[in-house]
Amino acid sequence: MTTANPASATPRVVSPLRLAWLHLKFQFLETVRIPMAVIGNAVFPALAMVFFVVPQDSVAGNPQFATMAVAGLAMFAVCSASLFTYGLGVAEDRALPFDPFVRSLPAGPGPRMVARVGNGAIFTLVGLLPLIAVAWLFTSAAVTATQLAAGVGMILLASVPFVLLGMAVGYSLTAKAALPVVQVVLFPLAFAGGLFLPPMMFPAWLDTLSQLTPTRAARDLLVQALTGAPANPWAWPVLVGWTAVFAALAAWAYRRDEGRRFR
Amino acid sequence: MTVITVDGVTRRFGDVVALDDVSLDVGPGELVGLLGPNGAGKSTLLSLVSGQRRPDRGTVRLLGGDPRDAASRIGLGVTPQETGLPPTLRVGEVVDFVGGHFPAPVPTGELLDRFGLTEMARKQTGALSGGQKRRLAVALSLVGNPRVILLDEPTTGLDVGARQALWDAIRAYHADGGTVLLTSHYLEEVQALAERVVVIDHGVVRADDSLGAILRRVALRRVVLTCADDLSAWPGVARAEAVAPTAGADGGTRQSLFTPDADALVRDLVRADVDFRDLEIRGASLEEAFAEMVDADVPARLEGATR
Repeated sequence: MTTANPASATPRVVSPLRLAWLHLKFQFLETVRIPMAVIGNAVFPALAMVFFVVPQDSVAGNPQFATMAVAGLAMFAVCSASLFTYGLGVAEDRALPFDPFVRSLPAGPGPRMVARVGNGAIFTLVGLLPLIAVAWLFTSAAVTATQLAAGVGMILLASVPFVLLGMAVGYSLTAKAALPVVQVVLFPLAFAGGLFLPPMMFPAWLDTLSQLTPTRAARDLLVQALTGAPANPWAWPVLVGWTAVFAALAAWAYRRDEGRRFR
Repeated sequence: MTVITVDGVTRRFGDVVALDDVSLDVGPGELVGLLGPNGAGKSTLLSLVSGQRRPDRGTVRLLGGDPRDAASRIGLGVTPQETGLPPTLRVGEVVDFVGGHFPAPVPTGELLDRFGLTEMARKQTGALSGGQKRRLAVALSLVGNPRVILLDEPTTGLDVGARQALWDAIRAYHADGGTVLLTSHYLEEVQALAERVVVIDHGVVRADDSLGAILRRVALRRVVLTCADDLSAWPGVARAEAVAPTAGADGGTRQSLFTPDADALVRDLVRADVDFRDLEIRGASLEEAFAEMVDADVPARLEGATR
């Protein structure tokens, strides 16, 4: 040791922005070093498109319907990636002995959470590329460049509440408990939100219920961005409201968490 | 200013009391060994000092601040557990990552060089040997130029050479003015490094003294023999206990005698022509050393052959 110099140490935390960038860089590295995780994430929505949408001419051949189907599946991919990555991923990380070590470094929870969201967004976008390619090659789904950009922006925004919900689950439960909880939350939300079946096919009561879910709000806003079809005026307030609720839950779960390890 | 202040701290996990009203001050430049069996509460104490957990009662201060504030932890270095390094990250990357949290980190190349890890810089941590992982773990505690480091079992499971190298690194840090709080369940490790020893067991501080004073209390040999007479009051016997509660068929009682000088005791017994047999001599184990410390609070040695 050449530089343990107690006198010169001034308590000055590294800026949160630099810390967030640091965490993002290393979370990204950790993720890409396990290629299967990346590939699985990228292939699933495109496969669903190939099997469930492309063979149905009435949907695949109609630009409006095909684009809506892409929007639904893209939104499902984002929900599922967010809930699994954060719900399960965070719960698993907490069980690792490296987690308490990272918590002892001079950084608050903020930069790490921001980096998780950013890392999730990167892999969400990577996961959407094959889906967009399939939709463009094999269906009549059609968007202008502006609409595509608006759609990508929208989907990143819409992923935030699901990332936060995932974190709330991940920081409150063990990995074993997080898995079933994520599944129980994800599929009803996806179905009720019209990600699998277009909400036009819903009975009136289900449609009303559906409007209150974050998935439906996100889907409608995404469809609006991609096709110009106006979304329900309540979609924004519903999405923002759920985001606030999930953010509060995630922050609460993080604060009471002390790592899963005993002593 | 004290570097670490623990004042009246109690921490429970459900029904288990991990720490029970523990107080401990560590001043600048001290090298304190925290000695205790597994589950004694050592790691819980470290997790409170490093801000990972908060006490149920009492206060913990680190470098004058609350260890749960990130700013208080700038002058703190901690070792990750050997098994806890992210297996897919390379050695150099882990050092960059940890160092990036500190305003004035040691350059990665310099740190790796100091710990003989330069050639490993491009290897993923999952590919390192146990000894290399330990070295990396201790290196990570020093990357931020800390004023105080917490080392949790720094050399568990290492061979002699690797252990010596790590001890040298810890001594060098301390010689430069750094403060060290290290835990171990090896008496030997604490003996090699610490100037002051805190013995903790069942969440309670059992002893807090200079290394020399502690060693005088625990450096007992155990003489086990079978003899018809009760030898617990023999000169030089610090403490005795019966191995078997009752006398054997031939009238002899198996007994353990704890003494600072086993050679002298045995010579005395032989000279006095005491009729003993099946003599065994062992170093007192750490558990026995703890028992000795607890019993030291009880006036006089154990009475007779019954406990």
